[in-house]
Amino acid sequence: MEKMKESAKDIIRNYDEKKLRIMEVCGTHTHEIFRLGIRKLLPDSVELISGPGCPVCVTQVSFIDEAVMLALEKKAMICTFGDLVRVPGTEMNLADARSSGAKVRAVYSPLDAVDLAQQNPNEKVVFLAVGFETTTPSACLAVKKAKEAGLTNFSILGANKTMPNAYKALKNSADAFLYPGHVNAITGTGVCEELEKQGVSGVVTGFTADEIMTAIAVVLKKSAEGKPFFYNCYPRVVKPEGNPSAQLLMNQVMEECDSEWRGLGIIKNSGMKLRDEYADFDARKVFELPEIVGHANPACSCGKVLQGKCKPCDCPLFGKVCTPLHPVGACMVSNEGACSAYYQYGGNI
Amino acid sequence: MENTVTLAHGAGGEQTSELIDRVFKAHFSNPDLTSDDAAVLSVGKEKIAFTTDGFIVSPFEFPGGNIGKLSICGTVNDLSCMGAKPLYLSCAFVVEEGFPMDKLEEIAQAMEKTAKQAGVKIVAGDTKVAGKGQVDNVFITTTGIGRVTEGANTSGNFAKPGDAVIVTGDIGRHGCTILLARNEFGIEADVTSDCAPLWDNVKAMLDCTSDIHVIRDATRGGVGTVLYEIAGQSSVGISLDAEKIPVDPAVSGVCGMLGLEPLYLACEGRLVVFCPMDKAEQVVNALRKVPNSENAAVIGRVTSEMPGKVVMNTAVGSQTMLPKPGGELLPRIC
Repeated sequence: MEKMKESAKDIIRNYDEKKLRIMEVCGTHTHEIFRLGIRKLLPDSVELISGPGCPVCVTQVSFIDEAVMLALEKKAMICTFGDLVRVPGTEMNLADARSSGAKVRAVYSPLDAVDLAQQNPNEKVVFLAVGFETTTPSACLAVKKAKEAGLTNFSILGANKTMPNAYKALKNSADAFLYPGHVNAITGTGVCEELEKQGVSGVVTGFTADEIMTAIAVVLKKSAEGKPFFYNCYPRVVKPEGNPSAQLLMNQVMEECDSEWRGLGIIKNSGMKLRDEYADFDARKVFELPEIVGHANPACSCGKVLQGKCKPCDCPLFGKVCTPLHPVGACMVSNEGACSAYYQYGGNI
Repeated sequence: MENTVTLAHGAGGEQTSELIDRVFKAHFSNPDLTSDDAAVLSVGKEKIAFTTDGFIVSPFEFPGGNIGKLSICGTVNDLSCMGAKPLYLSCAFVVEEGFPMDKLEEIAQAMEKTAKQAGVKIVAGDTKVAGKGQVDNVFITTTGIGRVTEGANTSGNFAKPGDAVIVTGDIGRHGCTILLARNEFGIEADVTSDCAPLWDNVKAMLDCTSDIHVIRDATRGGVGTVLYEIAGQSSVGISLDAEKIPVDPAVSGVCGMLGLEPLYLACEGRLVVFCPMDKAEQVVNALRKVPNSENAAVIGRVTSEMPGKVVMNTAVGSQTMLPKPGGELLPRIC
């Protein structure tokens, strides 16, 4: 192992070919790459760009506005992954709503929200379903369980997203992708092979220091060959077929839809929404939410950061009015956001 | 600063310091007011250490202890950090109406046992009962005095470039235990709190050298927060080696799942020690012979570069800043 680590490091250090832009798509990769200081080991010709793979970061402003409306006006009990509480909406975030008396609970799993609905029959519980192929199956499972239990006080506000069409939309932002290993553990590798045929290069990447270094080394080696490539660098977890039972569950409960990504706009067929037979669990329908147009702070550069068009420190707000304690943009909220990681791990030391 | 007190003000990070500076220091300032774990005061020819600590942990029972044990350890350890042998404690209880008598008995038993283990006597107390819902089960405040060992002179202001940074065992266990005991995450792991009185450990160090600059117990905010405090107080840089920091695999596992950094999880039985590098081996060897510090290790060193900052040497041979603590809203852990 020691030898492999050295050789990956050597390959990276000695890379002397054309300029390469590699996008790490997954928020956990962004965080680990900053935590380990991997950028500082790269030669000048290799640039790592943080992509749109942190579910909190790509959540559109209008979604927060919808959640705030549910919490304050519709008096719903909002259950959410913790980070979302601090993502700014147009007027306020969910933490502000909580200070104004709204019920906002942080949960670790969507099933906890189902339990809460069961324990509190007088509350209208809404789970904020964000995330990619990794978290969507658990939201689907929650809806299925709620239906089986005959619950009428549980629903989800959905903004679930899928990666394949986002890669296509980002095709010109990077020369190769570090694919998010946890997503591929669910979807399998077929989608990446398909992308390779369409000229999109990438490697499935694990999450330890060795796995990330190895994946970058493989990208550098393969890129030098000058043609599109795909390689699974996380075979201990990612199987070609993925996780068929999770895929089945997702397809039973949800179907493809267009989805809006913060900074990237609407990407066709890049989201998942509840199928009609589960409409009773769709918070937008249950509470008859109006169409909401959200407005992000116009000075915030999160959108450009997510596409690799600028670095966090190029944003005029970065580190001044926008800090992890007082985030203006979503990328400063989550630990997995590029701006937060850049700020916290001292991008410039 | 916000107009109201928030949970972040109690999390031990930047906002806690801000609150203390802006409100308490502004009104209480005097030459003896300390920013260390305990004040060191002269009474006649004696030097004594004096401190107080409030405990509001939820849940009040957890694997490895309860609020009673914690309330003894917390104050005893604050005294020990000044090189003082803990002598006497007082304790004040605020108990919620309806709290089970047998649970109160268990808490008192744990306090008796821990005080005996730490060699202190509980010599004064106070009992208040608050109406249902006005406190959460039981809150305890303990106050203690101890006699400062001759030659001992420790403070967060005394870290010097060239010092070794030592931790006395694996980190983050108490914080991790409390998180799991709250059952909010549906995760089960075999983790028990490290909660323990640490005078014997401090004595073992002082018996081998009095040349120890800083001793801190890494409670609220964990080792990371304590290191930032010391870096600030002493105007030095601290350089850590990620791979040398002892973390129990179960704690790493839980942290991985919840996206937490063990360096910011509370310990209740771990010290952070700064001493000259040439004494470090001796100190670590002395610690390893005493219960609760068998896994003591040097995890880094003090530098004159980047004062006030903590830099991490990572597993891949690169460097990053250790993120500054603050803002995390963790449950009540002490």
